[in-house]
Amino acid sequence: MNAEWHLKHKGVSHSQITRLYSRFTSLDKGENGTLSREDFQRIPELAINPLGDRIINAFFPEGEDQVNFRGFMRTLAHFRPIEDNEKSKDQNGPEPLNSRSNKLHFAFRLYDLDKDDKISRDELLQVLRMMVGVNISDEQLGSIADRTIQEADQDGDSAISFAEFVK
Amino acid sequence: MFLLLPFDSLVVNLLGISITVLFTLLLVFIIVPAIFGVSFGIRKVYMKTLLKIFQWATLRIERGAKEKNHPLYKPYVNGKILPCVGIIAKDPTSLEEEIKEIRRSGSGKALDTPEFELSDIFYFCRKGIETIMDDEVTKRFSAEELESWNLLSRTNYNFQYISLRLTVLWGLGVLIRYCFLLPLRVALAFTGISLLVTGTTVVGYLPNGRCKEFLSKHVHLMCYRICVRALTAIITYHDRENRPRNGGICVANHTSPIDVIILASDGYYAMVGQIHGGLMGVIQRAMVKACPHVWFERSEVKDRHLVAKRLTEHVQDKSKLPILIFPEGTCINNTSVMMFKKGSFEIGATVYPVAIKYDPQFGDAFWNSSKYGMVTYLLRMMTSWAIVCSVWYLPPMTRQVSKVNLAYLIGYLFGPLLLLNSVILPQPEEDAVQFANRVKSAIARQGGLVDLLWDGGLKREKVKDAFKEEQQKLYSKMIVGNHEDRSRS
Repeated sequence: MNAEWHLKHKGVSHSQITRLYSRFTSLDKGENGTLSREDFQRIPELAINPLGDRIINAFFPEGEDQVNFRGFMRTLAHFRPIEDNEKSKDQNGPEPLNSRSNKLHFAFRLYDLDKDDKISRDELLQVLRMMVGVNISDEQLGSIADRTIQEADQDGDSAISFAEFVK
Repeated sequence: MFLLLPFDSLVVNLLGISITVLFTLLLVFIIVPAIFGVSFGIRKVYMKTLLKIFQWATLRIERGAKEKNHPLYKPYVNGKILPCVGIIAKDPTSLEEEIKEIRRSGSGKALDTPEFELSDIFYFCRKGIETIMDDEVTKRFSAEELESWNLLSRTNYNFQYISLRLTVLWGLGVLIRYCFLLPLRVALAFTGISLLVTGTTVVGYLPNGRCKEFLSKHVHLMCYRICVRALTAIITYHDRENRPRNGGICVANHTSPIDVIILASDGYYAMVGQIHGGLMGVIQRAMVKACPHVWFERSEVKDRHLVAKRLTEHVQDKSKLPILIFPEGTCINNTSVMMFKKGSFEIGATVYPVAIKYDPQFGDAFWNSSKYGMVTYLLRMMTSWAIVCSVWYLPPMTRQVSKVNLAYLIGYLFGPLLLLNSVILPQPEEDAVQFANRVKSAIARQGGLVDLLWDGGLKREKVKDAFKEEQQKLYSKMIVGNHEDRSRS
């Protein structure tokens, strides 16, 4: 557990690391030092989150089924709380560019499943369907997706790139 | 060689004398007061001494931490939980408010038109990450964290080696707990349980009548009191005038099997439960000979109607004792109260709520059944310092009947006030679930526990999909607005 590395690179404090580690171990029911997808799904409030599965996927590197503490912390470090009372999403004051960019990238990746750096209409539809369940018809959802792409798309490729997303 | 002989007999003599002395002390100071329900106050003195030692230990730890320049992680300040537990600052706002807030900070569009924004995803994302870092449910199924170390290695999370004195104190504590207190407590537990089994069996042979009831009550009380002393449980009872009466149901929050001993040592209850095998089964079968407890076979437990029927029969017989039930259905770690199962609230009897709150500083009573078996758990209890708890007897509650009937009655009795009567609107009858929630809130408020709507069964099972569907429904309303035919399904 390279505490010093984390302190230097992520700005996470010692007590926060300890806290996260004890959270990691309490989630790790198999006690083998790694978390699987089932360990995450055991959290009831996460299981009822419509985007729960996508968020869980964000922790696991490509093609792997286990995440160790380093990976756990790296993903969570995106959401390191800011000391003053701002929520971690609104950025008003001068912030290091990569920090905000990383947070937006995380959200972008939730949409962009095939990692081609574009949100296509299908990918948008998929996420929308996850968020609304069975309550909205296909046509209505389709028109919402079309409208969103129309508003955000600037280079006319009927998809949303990261730059367009950031705006 | 002949020097050894007198030495041997000397040792044997000493052993004999010390055992006799121990047993006499045991009898005089513990068992006899238990029989009569009086107390010498030894345990309270013990508790006060321990508190002083803990305070000293805490000061030493804090001083040590300052020297090493490690800020101590403190979940509590002066007994109150800090709202942001070091990691996340949670704002308790609703889905709508949060999404509006996010949209507002993004663009200046009108917020009343329902539509979808790409930024909406941030709400779900953030909520999800927050629950990964700290959620309300899974932390209720493991022991509570203490604000300061209580000299037990089992509660030692973040505290490292501080000083020699503290370690010596800890070592002394281990010696006292394992070599002196543990044998004493085990001996008492044996005495208590064997007296219970033999006493109730003997009383069972008597013919039914007032004598049998009297003896049965006192045998039960005496044995539970001995068990209380076997755990060194220091209990404070509040509002004893609200104690449950015959024909009622006593409900309480559940933290461990010890709850039963704590409540039953101050009142005479009929227990409800499943018949186990082994030692528990022997105790259960003996107890039911002396007075009518309600034991179910494993197969009968699944049949809800049968259970309800038997309980109703018991409750309607006014000569029978109040039933003791734990509606949560599983052990929770005493920081919160989880959903009460509605079965016991459908019976229609008066409910006597009881709140039990343990002080975890002296020994955490929570039984983590997935981690420890019953025997390991009992051993852990008997090697803690003490079990300190408070019991509050809350005033009885009944299910609210429809106010229409009441209004009618009032109008009948107070004829001239008929005018007022027409103003009294009929209130809907409370159903079992609402009644259960009302009782749960009362217990949570009294015990200072968090009132949760989550089911304690989530310890072992997955959450139902219906909750996710609710969230989806709420969000759909936000994007398509209040189209009656679409979103109100």
